[in-house]
Amino acid sequence: MSDDAVKIPPALDGVGGWLDDRFHGAKGVRVLMKKVFPDHWSFMLGEIALWSFVILLLTGTYLALFFQPSSAPVMYHGSYTKLDGIAMSQAYQSTLNISFDIRGGLLIRQIHHWAALMFMVAIMAHMLRVFFTGAYRKPREINWLIGIGLFTLGMIEGLFGYSLPDDQLSGAGLRILFGVFEGIPIVGTYLMFFLFGGQFPGSDIIPRMYILHVFLIPGIILALVTAHLFIMFHQKHTQMPMKGNTEKNVVGQPFFPYFLLKGQAWFFFIFGTLVVLATFAQINPIWLYGPYTPLAISSASQPDFYMGLLEGALRMMPAWEINFLGHTLSLSVLIPGLLIIGIFFTVAALWPFFEQWATGDKSFHHVNDRPRNAPVRTAFGVAGISWYLILLLEGANDVLADHFDIPLYTVTWIARIAFFVVPIGGYFVTKRICLGLQRKDANLLTHGVEIGIIRQLPNGEFIEEERPLTEEERAVIESKHVFEPLPTAETVDSNGVPAPSARGPMGFARKVANRAFTETIAIPEGHGNGHGEPGEVEEGEHAAIGGGHDEH
Amino acid sequence: MSETPEEPLGPRRVIGTPSPAPKAVDTHAEPDQSAFSAEPEDTKHAKNAERVVAAFFVLAFLAGCGFIAAYIGLEIGQSTTPKGANAVVAAMRSNYALGTCLAIALLALGAGSLIWVRHLTPNIEIAEERHDLRSAKEDRASFKRDFAEGAAISQVTRRPLVRRTMLLATAPLALAPLVLLRDLGPLPQTSLRHTVWRKGLHAVTLGGNRRLRPSDISTPGSMITVIPEGYADDDDALAKAGVILIKFAPGELHIPTNHNGGTVVSSMNWTVDNIVAYSKICTHVGCPVALYEQTTHHILCPCHQSTFDAANGANVIFGPAARALPQLPLMLTSEGYIAAASDFVEPVGPSFWERG
Amino acid sequence: MSSIISRRRHPAAGYAAVASGLVVAGVLYGTFSGGGASAASSTQDSTQVAQGHSLFLQSCASCHGVNAQGTSQAPSLIGAGAAAVDFQMSTGRMPAKDLTAQNERKPQVEFTQAQIYDIAAYIASLGGGPSIPSASDVSTANANTALGSELFSTNCAQCHGFAGAGGALTYGKSAPSLNASTPTQIYEAMLTGPEAMPVFGDGTITPDEKRDIIAYITATRAETNPGGLSLGRTGTVTEGLLGWLGGLGFLVLIALWLTAKRKDHVKAESEHHS
Repeated sequence: MSDDAVKIPPALDGVGGWLDDRFHGAKGVRVLMKKVFPDHWSFMLGEIALWSFVILLLTGTYLALFFQPSSAPVMYHGSYTKLDGIAMSQAYQSTLNISFDIRGGLLIRQIHHWAALMFMVAIMAHMLRVFFTGAYRKPREINWLIGIGLFTLGMIEGLFGYSLPDDQLSGAGLRILFGVFEGIPIVGTYLMFFLFGGQFPGSDIIPRMYILHVFLIPGIILALVTAHLFIMFHQKHTQMPMKGNTEKNVVGQPFFPYFLLKGQAWFFFIFGTLVVLATFAQINPIWLYGPYTPLAISSASQPDFYMGLLEGALRMMPAWEINFLGHTLSLSVLIPGLLIIGIFFTVAALWPFFEQWATGDKSFHHVNDRPRNAPVRTAFGVAGISWYLILLLEGANDVLADHFDIPLYTVTWIARIAFFVVPIGGYFVTKRICLGLQRKDANLLTHGVEIGIIRQLPNGEFIEEERPLTEEERAVIESKHVFEPLPTAETVDSNGVPAPSARGPMGFARKVANRAFTETIAIPEGHGNGHGEPGEVEEGEHAAIGGGHDEH
Repeated sequence: MSETPEEPLGPRRVIGTPSPAPKAVDTHAEPDQSAFSAEPEDTKHAKNAERVVAAFFVLAFLAGCGFIAAYIGLEIGQSTTPKGANAVVAAMRSNYALGTCLAIALLALGAGSLIWVRHLTPNIEIAEERHDLRSAKEDRASFKRDFAEGAAISQVTRRPLVRRTMLLATAPLALAPLVLLRDLGPLPQTSLRHTVWRKGLHAVTLGGNRRLRPSDISTPGSMITVIPEGYADDDDALAKAGVILIKFAPGELHIPTNHNGGTVVSSMNWTVDNIVAYSKICTHVGCPVALYEQTTHHILCPCHQSTFDAANGANVIFGPAARALPQLPLMLTSEGYIAAASDFVEPVGPSFWERG
Repeated sequence: MSSIISRRRHPAAGYAAVASGLVVAGVLYGTFSGGGASAASSTQDSTQVAQGHSLFLQSCASCHGVNAQGTSQAPSLIGAGAAAVDFQMSTGRMPAKDLTAQNERKPQVEFTQAQIYDIAAYIASLGGGPSIPSASDVSTANANTALGSELFSTNCAQCHGFAGAGGALTYGKSAPSLNASTPTQIYEAMLTGPEAMPVFGDGTITPDEKRDIIAYITATRAETNPGGLSLGRTGTVTEGLLGWLGGLGFLVLIALWLTAKRKDHVKAESEHHS
């Protein structure tokens, strides 16, 4: 035992004993204390979302002490005298009050809004990290689904949050919401009349959004976040492919005190960053937008960025409406409003299961993949990101047109074409890049790392000297998981019966997917200091200049 | 381990705990002891780090006090005299002061904690075994056995009548919450098909509430937003009844007489003195469509760039809107004011299933 | 000539060819386009209209026609009114130097205000039209900024943005920012509807309402931003950019710091079974 351990003060010891008497906690809590967490910067992205959510709860509670969730009209006579004498809702008035009459109110309001943005930013960054490292694979599929759920709820929560002040910009957003959803066949108008308590705008939507925004949705988010963390604790975090990291261990530092201290530091930095943003970058200046009136609108009207893909889809879509038998099906609205977002979330949610189906890989994965070692996944992710970004940029098309002097319709046409061309092109380019990086890795194993010293051989040839890989570097490269191709319809068993999973159109689809997924550059056998040829899809290449082998 | 009990043990400074005794409490109680010491290896470096950490924490303390001082000291809003522009400046000063102090306090706490964990703790790396998540075969088997036993005891498998009637009983209760949502709002019925416009209802300017004569809007290229008289405070009515009046030069306006299922939906007869009235509610998803370019006669909606040709019945020429802006039939009252000749002949605003 | 030809492969030959081409084009353009007016009037007439007439002939007639009747390049100015002339010229839009999608505000250095009034008087003499507003016409004393904000939101913000920062129109046009416009210019623009802007005559937006709108615009653009930097007053696009680049970017750097390999890396092997 380390003699440096601290003597527990008697008071603390007493409390600990009192609790343990009632909860039998010593063993369980000890396990939690000593649980090992791996240390990588990209593992901290999810915590940004976590702490942002905590800050949202804290600042949101403060704001709720002053905000009036009511559409009742009032005449304004407050401190912001530029608007003195006009009619506005109580919600808008109380927001002006918070901003100009409550000390710290504007700061807390801005921290709250910036925290909402950072919550979504962090969720997306974290999701991308999990995706590109394959950390959603068995046994973490449920956590992935919980994450997608949190993503969706975060979007809705943010939408309701910025709509509560009832300003001109967010009111236009609600009008669009009403217009999009009333186009749903059969039930659309009923849905919207029920949500808004009648025609737009009505006076019910603000208080209804309020209770959803401060109670129901945060409650669900809190429950999901708790489950998300608990599952992660229980299953233990994944770790990066490094020397010493295997599927059977977790290498890192114990939670107590290391990750407690790191978590503390991280929380303060996140909170501090949000406060820096809230101090120096004005956000959602509702006093400039003015109170919502149904017949006013501004140029450059965009929702918060996480709703941007919907906005871009709506702008990009050409006109398409079908009228038949006294009914109207507005595809201009339904395709971008529902189909696009539906595809996005469905594909994201089902991806782990699709990958499992395509690769036939049912094993546990606690060690992450390097993105280059999963070319189809990485390429698909890049295609997805570019698709999302195109939609997002099209959502800002009038701002882009104005600032970059591009004609407005041209921006939309570029987006319409890029929507199809860029993701597909991006997929192919990324996949080839991944395979190229794999080839480079295989070369490193056989030929070692070039160290920048050029030597001339007696026969005049120039070669670059290489050093063999270190153990750490070798372990990283050799961590690549090799997929076995699935049995295809051609392979038959001893009785001539093809594998059941390979039959029919689904079997064909599976074969195509499987072939894509298993395309890889093999790691050479007998890798040493330089005489093995890497097993490749194409003929072998040589790393050294001049084509000679390493001479020593 | 080769440390003698007489060596100074434990961290040098721990607030609130007694000085470490030679025999420390063993909180690990394991046969295989960890081979690390609780101190980082380089104590001079650690002392420096400790000072840096302390300095950051002191900075955080001062900034925190600054926050409280700024809150007390800087007045805003109703308390500033005189009000007006000063209220915005006062809010700005308060925001900067409070925010800067709070940011420094938090970032300093963060920096201090970070340096603490990176430089004051020993640098260890531990490997912990992962247990199989899958339970052992026997555990699964006994689970299944107990579960099956419990199910058998409950008789639920043996007595289908009990099982089925229970499901029957819970079905309406499961539907009840949905049923309770019915009174969230009225049924749409025909409300989306009509606006408040009717024959003889005057058009008035928004904000000024003034009736208009054609001579008020006489210059070609003029445009103004108008609302039905008396509805200035009714947002529900305005959200459908807002209209833009556009004045054209003689010969510029060519509104085709469009028919939609037997009903005339646009017509030159509905204009007054080359002044045409179109609904201000975009037929895409309902934003106010109001960007009028008098040189091209285009009405552009800023939300999603649906573009309508005002000289040609507001037909769509670009963008996602699929239908022209509905035209409001205009007439002149006996006193010469512009008024509606009737309601719109088609529903305004976005499309919906029952629209027709 | 042969000395030029023999140097055609000189390294600087390409640059020389482009430079001489530019010079030739510039000289030709300057010769044939309507050139800048000389400040001094060349006539001896004492009436404002006559002075304006001669200035007009020098600087405007080449596009607008000798009698301001319009040509294929520029519209007729008969009936355009003095206010339109004052607006277009004081904002530097006219004389237009090239015919792009629209004319942008430029620093006005060619004419004195007196000369602009002269030309305006001449145009007004041709066919009437809105006159230049007086100082009291554009005075915002006793103006109602709250009503101004309502009118601005309903009639102006859709092109010029909620805070007057400007916005995109179709086919390369844009509604300009209002930050540099004088109250007179704002009044004139509403009154005359320059280029693509619709006309807001006194019958639709009364002079009082115009003053309210002007008061709102001037108050808004002078107003400080209490929440920090305004990020251009364009709304959520810049906010989102800052969140990703600034917020996430900074935090990623901190995360890299927090998890960086420690210099005193000591690997203590220890197996904990838990």
